[in-house]
Amino acid sequence: MSKGIYVVVEQRSGKVQNVGLELIGEATRLKADLKDDVVAVLLGSDIEGEVDKLFHYGADKVVLVDHPYLKEYVTEPYTKAVTAIIKEYDPEIMLFGASSIGRDVAPRVASRVRTGLVADTTGLRMAKTQEEFDKEASMGCEDPTRALLMTRPAFGGNIMATLMCPRTKPQMATVRPGVMKRIDKDESRKGELIKFNVDFTEADMNVEILEVVKADKKSVDLTEAKLIVSGGRGIGSAQGFDMIRDVADALGAEVGSSRACVDAGWIEKDRQVGQTGKTVRPDLYMACGISGAIQHVAGMEGSELVISINKNDTAPIFEVSDLGIVGDVKVILPKLADAIRKYKANKVTN
Amino acid sequence: MKIVVCIKQVPDTVEVKIDPKTGTLIRDGVPSIINHDDKTGIEAALTLREQLGGTVTVVSMGPPQADVALREALAMGCDEAILVSGREFGGSDTYATSGILAAALKKIGYDLIITGRQAIDGDTAQVGPQIAEKLHVPQVSYVEEVKEATEDYVVVKRQFEDGYHIIKIKTPCLLTAIAELATPRYMSVRGIVEAYEKEIKILGFEDLKDDLELDMIGLKGSPTNVYQSFTKEVKGAGTILKDLSADEAVKAIVDKLEEKFII
Repeated sequence: MSKGIYVVVEQRSGKVQNVGLELIGEATRLKADLKDDVVAVLLGSDIEGEVDKLFHYGADKVVLVDHPYLKEYVTEPYTKAVTAIIKEYDPEIMLFGASSIGRDVAPRVASRVRTGLVADTTGLRMAKTQEEFDKEASMGCEDPTRALLMTRPAFGGNIMATLMCPRTKPQMATVRPGVMKRIDKDESRKGELIKFNVDFTEADMNVEILEVVKADKKSVDLTEAKLIVSGGRGIGSAQGFDMIRDVADALGAEVGSSRACVDAGWIEKDRQVGQTGKTVRPDLYMACGISGAIQHVAGMEGSELVISINKNDTAPIFEVSDLGIVGDVKVILPKLADAIRKYKANKVTN
Repeated sequence: MKIVVCIKQVPDTVEVKIDPKTGTLIRDGVPSIINHDDKTGIEAALTLREQLGGTVTVVSMGPPQADVALREALAMGCDEAILVSGREFGGSDTYATSGILAAALKKIGYDLIITGRQAIDGDTAQVGPQIAEKLHVPQVSYVEEVKEATEDYVVVKRQFEDGYHIIKIKTPCLLTAIAELATPRYMSVRGIVEAYEKEIKILGFEDLKDDLELDMIGLKGSPTNVYQSFTKEVKGAGTILKDLSADEAVKAIVDKLEEKFII
């Protein structure tokens, strides 16, 4: 019988990525219903030092494949390793981060083991109601109490769809980075480490990496930011981001952007929030001159506090804002940066 | 070199609306377009043909109306267009779709396959890699530049969130294209005229059945099924302040930041 909630944990340059820890956190929540172990799968070269971290964040077991072929991400060796693990352990569920790595390897694995894969999910839960059990059973699911329901946006976030994978195992999904929450770190947590051997051959390295380049600029991880000040078309030009940066600087926030500004070349792509950019859930999201197309809202609606400034009082961004200001960002933002600095200075003096 | 580009006809999502009563998509009057990433793939293929010679074949799976997308691809300069269509294929998920397209590609023949990274309606990015798997050819996805191309191999720049790889991959292989790869050309007048003179070949179930996993196609054979679709609940609107002076607006924002312990 298929068993276990498996999470393929992403590492880059030998470091476990946050999305992996988020998925382990989500797996522990699924475990509350399914009662199966949470198993982290770690693939890389010389990465045993990262294993304990996976226990600290909730994994019961870690399956480690440590091999030079897995140092940099290459489709075939990764596919082969994950497939071998599935064949050996027959997981009930297997989750991947919906990153440029997870979205490359997961479909290949699903196809090889002949199972379904749901892309870019934002919600996972075990089937619980009689209606859900009946539906799963009607589609050929043998044990509906172990069925996973996977929710994802489609049509640019216009529609949400809940999918199931009733007949084949593992039930597989990629999960958007930044959506799930990791659990609190507990350094006393321990688990079982399984060192797994995969028989790689030279033929598995079927492409040749000629060059590996890590972005030299300080890479921005908006999904980690507590405070984000974001600019949209309404800021007028690339120079408009100077005011956004100034407010962000005053607050100690990161700078975000709508897709329009990225497409216009005003700011780098890694600043983009939304369906085709990052999903963020900061304590503060300040939307400046952003109309709030559904694709943008899809990436920021989990924010704790949303403040928006827009000239157009019918801008859809106001529908998801805690505080909306109808006004000109070009007038308000410079004054806002000053006011925040003044406030902070006073607070220190008092 | 025989290059095959897989394209999908998609609704122009910006204009997609939902029926508030039924919660389903209103497709009437919504224009269809070639998916953006796929159009980028067509452009990359045409550029490679200009360098290396050979042909560009464009393939789409969908209902008979998808021939509009194929004619547009012909008008851009593709040599041949094939529609993969059949009642048996309807409702296929990515696993089933890639199996059907792989069967079609076996019939068509290929040295290089290009797909878009993902379609704007489904956003899955799965069909490209899954076609490659079915055909047992290597893939590079998220291709943002073709650095070098010969009959035997291509060298591409593969994008990651935190950098890139330069990868040499032997043909036959599959690449998935992202927007940075190319800017699609416009259709030429001559191309449009010629596009309507060319025949679009149709491959149906009977043509492909020998290469299909018969229990893994269409709505019934798809390993994933939709349980339900719904419109997303939006967070309720808070306070909206109009007609404030800049100073009043600034004060309102600072007060809010203070109230929520942001500053």
